[in-house]
Formats: sequence, C-alpha cells, structure tokens
Amino acid sequence: MSSAPAIIELREVVKRYAGGQLALDRVSFSLARGEMAFLTGHSGAGKSTLLKLIALIERPSRGQVIINRRNLSSIPAAGIPRYRQGLGLIFQDYSLLYDRSVFDNAAMPLLLRGMRPTDIARRVDAALDTVGLLRYRDKLPVTLSGGEQQRVGIARAVVGRPYLLLADEPTGNLDPALSAEIMRLFARLNEGGTSVLIATHDLNLISSLPYRQIVLEHGHMATAEAS
Amino acid sequence: MNQPHPNRPPPASPGRAARRDRGRPWLGARLGQQHKRDFLDSLMRLYAKPLGSLLTAAVIGITLALPAGLWVALKNVDAVSLGWQGSLQASLFLRDTVTPEAGRALTRRISQRDGVTRTRYISRDEALAEFRELSGFGDALDIVADNPLPATIVVQPDTALGPMKIDAMLRSLAALPEVDRAQMDQAWLNRLYAMLDVLRRAVFIIALLLGLAVLFIVGNTIRLDIENRREEIRILRLLGATDGFIRRPFLYAGFWYGLAGGVLAWLLLVVALLALGGPVRHLAGLYDSGFVLSGLGFTGSMALLGCGIVLGWLGSALTVSRRLSAIQPR
Repeated sequence: MSSAPAIIELREVVKRYAGGQLALDRVSFSLARGEMAFLTGHSGAGKSTLLKLIALIERPSRGQVIINRRNLSSIPAAGIPRYRQGLGLIFQDYSLLYDRSVFDNAAMPLLLRGMRPTDIARRVDAALDTVGLLRYRDKLPVTLSGGEQQRVGIARAVVGRPYLLLADEPTGNLDPALSAEIMRLFARLNEGGTSVLIATHDLNLISSLPYRQIVLEHGHMATAEAS
Repeated sequence: MNQPHPNRPPPASPGRAARRDRGRPWLGARLGQQHKRDFLDSLMRLYAKPLGSLLTAAVIGITLALPAGLWVALKNVDAVSLGWQGSLQASLFLRDTVTPEAGRALTRRISQRDGVTRTRYISRDEALAEFRELSGFGDALDIVADNPLPATIVVQPDTALGPMKIDAMLRSLAALPEVDRAQMDQAWLNRLYAMLDVLRRAVFIIALLLGLAVLFIVGNTIRLDIENRREEIRILRLLGATDGFIRRPFLYAGFWYGLAGGVLAWLLLVVALLALGGPVRHLAGLYDSGFVLSGLGFTGSMALLGCGIVLGWLGSALTVSRRLSAIQPR
C-alpha cells in the first residue's frame, strides 16, 4: 500500500439491506490520493452498494467508511448535499437533465455551489473542452450519441474539481471503441491529479490498463492487490 | 513550539480563503442570483406548457372570483343602504302635558345634540290639520271632541354615525321625561343591517372555503409537477442539491399560479361589473337614484392579487415540503 494518505478507506464494512440480503461482508480496502482503480466483480457482487456507501446514498450496517479523512458516520442527513458536492459521480445511464442544454447540465454542480454566472461559464466551457464537447454546448442531450452523453456526464462530474471521481459502469451502455475512449478520458483526468474509482464488469476493456483492480465476489473482497 | 513563529501562517490562511472565495459571491448576492434565476425559470416552465398552466390558473381565477364578487356585491349593497339612511327618522310622541312652548324648546335642545341633522316640531294642532288633510277622515275627527293626536318631534339622525350609535341615541331620546312614546322608523333598516351581517359572515366563510380550495388546487398541480420531475429531483440530489435548491422552483411555480389566478379573477370581475353596469343604471334610474355600481377599487384589486399569490405560494409550500423528502436516490 502506498504511503500517500488514502482518499477512500473502508474498514470491515458490512451492508445488510432491510430485506436481509447481505450485500457487503467485512469489506476493507483503500484508495490512495491521486490513485485510479477499478472495482470489478460479477453483477450483484456489491459494486453498486459500495459506491452508494461512498456517495452516502446508503449507510453501512457496520464498519467505517472514511473519505478524504472524514468518517462518513459523522455526516448528518443535513450535511449530505454539501458532502456530495465534493464528489464527482458518473452513472451508467448518464443521469442527465434532458430538458436542459449540455452547458446547463455541466453547469449544475457549480450552480449548486452558488457560483457567479461568469465564473460558471468559464469553468463549464473548460470542462466541455476537456471532454471534447464544447461545440455542442447549446444542444440538448437527446441530440447526442450515447458516448457523447456520457462525456457530458463526465464534464459535469469534473467541473467542480472533485477530490474523488466515482463512476458506476460508465461504459455499460457503450460499444468497445467508445468505452476505450471514455477510459482514456478517465486516465487523463487521473493524470491531472484526481482520484478515480470506476466500477465495471467489462474485464476485456480494463485488462490491458495499468490500474489496480479491486475485485468483489458475493460481497467479499477477492483480492486486494498492492500496487 | 507554542510560541509565535514569524513564518507561521495566520489562523485564516489567505491562500485557502481566496481559494474558497473565488467565484463564490457573498451569501446574499448568491441567494439573490439563484432566486432571480428560479423566479424566471419557473415562469418559463409554465409558459412551456401554456394550456395546462392556463387551465390551472383559470380554475384558481374562478375560485377567487367568487368570494371577490360576493364582496363587491356586499360593498354595493352597503353603499345603497347608506343612501337609505337619509330617509331614516324617529318620531318622538310627546306627553299631552307638554305645552307647545316646552315642546319647541325641547326640539331646539335635541337639535343641538351630536348626531342630529334635522328636527321638526309638529304641534297637536298641526298634526290634526295634517291628518285631516292627508287621511280623508276629517269628518270622523269632528265627532271626537278632543284632539286625539299628540305633539311630535321628528328627529333625523346623522347617517354617518352608523346603526349602532343611531340606535343608542334614539333610545336616549325616547327615555326623556317629556316623551311618551318613540317610534323608530329604522327597525327595518336594522333588520337589513343584521341581514347584511349574516351575509358578510357567509361571504367570509365562503372565502375561507374557496381559499382552501385554491390551496388544494395549487397543491395538486405542484404534486403532479413533482411527480413529472421525479427523475430530475433524484439526479439533483445525487449532485448535492440542498432541499432549498430543489424546493425553490416549485415555490415560485406556486407564486406564478397564484398571481395568474388573481389576475384572471380580477379580469372576470371587471367583465362581470361591465356587464351588470347597464342594467343597474337602469334600475337606479327607475328609483330616481344616481347609484353607480362600484368595483374592487385599487386596494381591493391589490388584495385580490395578494390573496392569489399567498395562496399559491402556501399551497405549493405545503405540498413540496411533504413530497420532496420522499424522493431520494436509490
């Protein structure tokens, strides 16, 4: 394990849903600051649950989730919006607002923080430029392809300069060529210093990439390779 | 280590503060800017689906127009009855022991009282003459040896006093020792006022009920709005939107519904008053009255719009706070 302070640290995390289903069983791992890693495993292995715990969509039944040196159990419900503003979330279904332009979608995190319109415009244009969509800034998301929509999602996730990017099957709806392109985009963002955790079951896509894989099997850690 | 060090950064590191402050105006300006945007955004949203918005506004408008119309009607009846007060008078029948001189003196004293506009003394002889002339029973009176008619003081009160004070004043006049009996011609007017009071209360109750109806109408519309934007709300929560941020557009939508409803109600009333104006003028003409139908007036109009806005906002607020918390990312 690297000596850099961890951005994500899970200690013996157990998540049992109300129905009794055990989604995560004593899961421990950490992601170093500035690291990029893949969270893999078959569907139902607990990848989504793990991301939900980090995004405070769910709370663990037992164990500690420490993000950016902050124990999430110390964050009350009222503090969740502020906490989530510090994350960059990317979803399989893109989760865009389809009645708003590409620009307005990417601007939303800055709007939530109450930034000045001029500053918002500058930073959103920069983020759209990073994902190569600046020319589509005034279009509606429906007029874009799936890959382009996901890049809007990524622009929205990075526009607020989050300390951690969390992606849940970001290439799940994309063909291999587009998926590879999206992965290159994540790699580029990681080179810029952002910590990235990507949940995916597309092992073909990531097998050739030089990043650590954290594998979940039926809610257990399968491997915790040191990198 | 604890002693001050020249290189030690000040408690509030300027670099850090600047980083946090960059692009982040002070809270007031930030809120103002967000409110302005949501204010106009919510209007554009309603404008984007004009038929639905118009229908909601129309229902609110009609609901508001009803109590407002009743209120205008009451106001006009009040104005008419105030005119009728001019004919209001009381007759004080004096005891037969009161001499004409004493009667006239009493009349002068009464005419100096506050709230008395006019008095007239009718002596027993004058009353007899008047009766002989007007009734046609003159011959019958000849049979009666004594003049059976009492002297009378006719008192006309100042109508500006209002029915309560007039009533009190006439009662005190009736209690004077010289007065045998007082006949108050305002009994029917009192009944009218009592009736108006009942009507006023009824209008108040109707207004309350219809105001409640507006709350429900707006609440239901906003509830549907929220349902239609469930996915958007879920996404906004994932991005870290606060409850206030999510709530605001719906509150402003309520504001716009209320305002539009108020404006429509106002227009409905104006049209209704225009339509009634002609027939009312004709009716007033038949009564030799210059009565003109009065409308809401400026204060009334503002109150109508204000009621619309407050009810729209409140209807939305009551719904939003209950509904939004149920929509959380899964």
